[in-house]
Amino acid sequence: MEMPRPDVLVLAGKARIVARLRSLLPGDSVIDAPEELRVYECDALTAYRCPPLAAVLPRTTEEVSALLRVCWEEGVPVVPRGSGTSLAGGAMPTADAVILGVSRMTRVLETDYENRFIRVEAGRTNLSVSAAVEAEGFFYAPDPSSQLACAIGGNIAMNSGGAHCLKYGVTTNNLLGVRLVQMDGTVVTLGGPWGEPAGLDLLGVVCGSEGQLGVVTEAWLRILPKPEGARPVLVGFNSNEVAGACVADIIRAGLLPVAIEFMDRPCIRATEAFAKAGYPDCEALLIIEVEGSDAEIAEQLARIKQIAMAHDPVEFREAADEDQARRIWLGRKSAFGAMGQLGDYMCLDGTIPVSSLPHVLKRIGEMSQDFGLKVGNVFHAGDGNMHPLILFDANKPGDLEICEAFGAEILKLCVEVGGCLTGEHGVGIEKRDLMSVQFAPEDMEAQMRVKDVFDPKWLLNPAKVFPLGITASRRAG
Amino acid sequence: MRPTTEAELAEAVVGATAPLLVRGGGTRTLGAVGGEVLETGGLTGITLYEPAALTLVVRAGTPLAEIEAVLAAERQRLAFEPPDLCALLARTGVSTIGGVVAANASGPRRLQVGGARDALLGVRFVDGLGRVVKNGGRVMKNVTGYDLVKLMAGSRGVLGVLTEVCFKLQAIPEAEATLVIEGLGDDDGLAALRAALGSPFDITGAARHSGRSLVRVEGMAGSVTYRLARLRALVPGDVTVVEGVESARLWREVRDVAPLVASEGDIWRISTLPTAAAAVVAWTEAEALWDWAGGLIWLCAAPGQGADIAATVAGCGHATLIRGEGGPVFPPEAAEVAALAAGLRAKFDPRGILNRGMMG
Ligand SMILES: Cc1cc2nc3c(=O)[nH]c(=O)nc-3n(C[C@H](O)[C@H](O)[C@H](O)COP(=O)(O)OP(=O)(O)OC[C@H]3O[C@@H](n4cnc5c(N)ncnc54)[C@H](O)[C@@H]3O)c2cc1C
Repeated sequence: MEMPRPDVLVLAGKARIVARLRSLLPGDSVIDAPEELRVYECDALTAYRCPPLAAVLPRTTEEVSALLRVCWEEGVPVVPRGSGTSLAGGAMPTADAVILGVSRMTRVLETDYENRFIRVEAGRTNLSVSAAVEAEGFFYAPDPSSQLACAIGGNIAMNSGGAHCLKYGVTTNNLLGVRLVQMDGTVVTLGGPWGEPAGLDLLGVVCGSEGQLGVVTEAWLRILPKPEGARPVLVGFNSNEVAGACVADIIRAGLLPVAIEFMDRPCIRATEAFAKAGYPDCEALLIIEVEGSDAEIAEQLARIKQIAMAHDPVEFREAADEDQARRIWLGRKSAFGAMGQLGDYMCLDGTIPVSSLPHVLKRIGEMSQDFGLKVGNVFHAGDGNMHPLILFDANKPGDLEICEAFGAEILKLCVEVGGCLTGEHGVGIEKRDLMSVQFAPEDMEAQMRVKDVFDPKWLLNPAKVFPLGITASRRAG
Repeated sequence: MRPTTEAELAEAVVGATAPLLVRGGGTRTLGAVGGEVLETGGLTGITLYEPAALTLVVRAGTPLAEIEAVLAAERQRLAFEPPDLCALLARTGVSTIGGVVAANASGPRRLQVGGARDALLGVRFVDGLGRVVKNGGRVMKNVTGYDLVKLMAGSRGVLGVLTEVCFKLQAIPEAEATLVIEGLGDDDGLAALRAALGSPFDITGAARHSGRSLVRVEGMAGSVTYRLARLRALVPGDVTVVEGVESARLWREVRDVAPLVASEGDIWRISTLPTAAAAVVAWTEAEALWDWAGGLIWLCAAPGQGADIAATVAGCGHATLIRGEGGPVFPPEAAEVAALAAGLRAKFDPRGILNRGMMG
C-alpha cells in the first residue's frame, strides 16, 4: 500500500515535538517508546502497518485542543483513533504522524430520558452507551458487530451501521450533535440535543468524514425505548435468486423487519462446521427479525411466512423460545469467525440495489473461479449491503495481491450495477484508489473542498479516502 | 431563466454576471434575497422508480404533488411528510421536490423516521461556478467519501442548485389511528406526549394545539389496536380515538400548521428540547402549535418580539422567522460555526452569487 513519504523535518524534530506534547499532558499520556507504539501501528486491517511518531491519550476536550494546536504549529499529521477496529485502515498512521487516541475519554456526561438523548465522550464504546441507559428501558440503536470494542468517535467518523439499521438507520440518523476540535485547536459545537441545525448541516458532513475534518470529543446521541420483544425466523432456499426475490417481496409488501440477513452456501457450510447452529444445508438462507409485543410479532411473522412460502423454501424455522432464537442468530454471529477458521480473509463492504442481488452473487461466483479464491457471502440483504469474504493465504506469496485484485473487481461490479464501494466500513486506505471508479474528478474535488475549509493544511488523517495522486498538492501545501 | 436540462442550468450559472435567486416553486423561500430568478421548474420527471427497492430518483423541479401521486399509486410515500406551507405563508406556487430538499422540509413523522435529510440518498447539483457535482447514490447504505447529501439538505440553494435527488421511500402502512387527549393544560398535555414517546409503542406523531394533544400510531391493523390500548392506559386526560382518513386529516393540519394560518402576527419556527416546550411559549400571549413532542414549536407572536424569543430559546434551541417583517430571519450561529459555513460558501460559490443574503 502506497503511503506518503514521511516529512523528514517532522522525523528530525521528534524530540522537540514529543517534549512539547509532554508539556501539555500528564506523564503516561504521551507515548513515544518504540515497543509501546506497536499497538498503534495498525487497525483491524492488519495487512498494513507502520508505527507512528508518537501517540497521545488526552482526557479532556481542552487537552485535545492544546495537542492539536501544537501539531498544527509543528506541521505534524494527526491520526485520530477510537478503538482501532476499522476494517479500512482508517486509523493506520504514517511514520511522521501522531496518533490521537480518545480511549481515555469514556464518560457519560448527561442522560436525559424525557428528551431521549445521551451525551457521551467519544472514546466510550458503542455497547456501553446502550448499557448506560438499559436500566431505564432505553438503547442506542446503531449496533455494529464490533460494538463491544468500537468507540462512538470511530462510529461517527465511519458513519457505522449495524444489523438493525434497516429499521433504525445508521449513525448519522441517530446523531444529534458533536463537540469537534479542528486541527488548529478551535473547538466547535455542531448540532445539539434538539437535533436540527440552525444553519447548514455541518454535523451531517462531519459524520462519515473518517477523522479528516476534526476530532470528535463529545457526542449527543438519540436513545430509544427498547421494543417489548424481538424474534427471528430462518428461511432456507435452493437458490440465491429465489432468496433475493423473497427479500424484494417482503420489502414490497410494506413489512419492515428490523433485520434481513443473508448467507450463501459457502458461508452456511463454514458456519455449520464451526458453530453447529443446526442450519439447513441449502444454497441460501435468510434470517429475518421482527419486533414488538408477542401478538405484534405473531402478526408480522404470519405475513412473512405467507410471502416466504410462495417461494417454496426448503425450510421455514420459527423460534419458539429464547434459546431457539439464540441458535438462529448463533450462526450469523459466528460467520466471520467461521470463515476465519478456513484461512485468512478479506471482508468487502460494497452496497448494491437489492434488485441486483442475484446477478451480483452469480458474477461473484464466476469471478471466484477465475481468480481461484473461495468466497463466502454474508450480509445485510434488506439494504443491499454486501459482505463478500474472500479467503486467501497470507503466507503464500502473491495471494494477498490476487485477493485484492479480486476484491477490486467485486467493488467495481457493485458500482456498475448502481451501488457503491462501501456501505458502512469506510474508504480509509483500503478503497482510496478505487474512489475514481465511483466518482468523477469534479465529485471528489467538491468533497476535498470541504476538507480545505475544515483543515486547510491537510494535516488530519491526510492520506485516507482520496487517491494520493489527487491530494498530493494539497498535502504539500 | 428557466433551463430545462442540467447542462443548460450549468451554463446559466456560468454565464451569470449578477446574483441569482434560485427558485423551485417559490413556496418555501425565506428571507428577502434579490437577484435574477433562476427557476428549476423546467427540470422535471422521474428518472427511476423501483418500488421493490423503495427507491426514487427524480429531477429537482418535479412538483411534489405529482411525486406523491405516483408513489400513492404503489401504496408508497415519502416517509418524512413534507409540509405544504402555501396557506401559512400566503404563497401560490407549486412546491417542487428540490425545494423540499433545499429547505429540509420535514413533517410530524420526523420524530420517528427522520427528516428529508435522512431519506435523501443522493444528489446532483450545480455549484456557484457551474460545476456539476454528484454525491451519494441510490442505495440505502453508502459511506463512500464525504456525505455532501446531508450538507445539501437544508442548504437553501447557497452551495449549489439541486438538479436531481434520490430518496428512500416507505410503504404506506395498513392502518393509522390517533389518540386525541383533551382536558389537560399545556404543561400536562406536553408531558403526555413525552410519556408516549418514552414508551416502546413506536409513535409516529406527537403534537399539540388548540388544547388537544395528539398521538399517532401506524402499522399493521392488529398492532395499531394493541398499541392504542396500551397508550390509552399511559396518558391522563379525556381520550378519544380517531382512525383512518380522519386521523390522516388531523396530521395534515399539524404538518401544514393549519391552526395558525388565519392568526395575525409573525410566525416563528422554533427548535428546542421537548421539556422546554411549554416554558418557551408560556411567557407570551402567543398562539402555538407543538410538533415532535414539543421539539418543534410554531409560534404566532406579535410583531417585534424577535429579541425576546431569541433570548428565551438561547441555550436550548433556536428560532427562525417564517412569516413577518424584520429579522434576522435565520438564527445567528456561534462565530466558529459561522466561519465554517462561510468557508464552505466561499468554496462552492466563490462569486457569492447564489441566494446572496440567505442564511446569514
Ligand atoms: C469484527 C468486526 C466487525 C465489524 N462490524 C461492523 C459492522 O457491523 N458495521 C460497521 O459499520 N462497521 C463494522 N466494523 C468496522 C469498525 O468496527 C467500525 O468502523 C467502527 O466504527 C470503528 O470504530 P473504532 O472506534 O474502532 O475506530 P478506529 O478504528 O479507531 O478509527 C476509525 C476511523 O475513525 C477515525 N476516528 C476515530 N475516533 C475519532 C474521533 N474521536 N474523532 C474523529 N475521528 C475519529 C479514525 O481516524 C479512523 O479514520 C467491524 C469491525 C470488526 C473488526
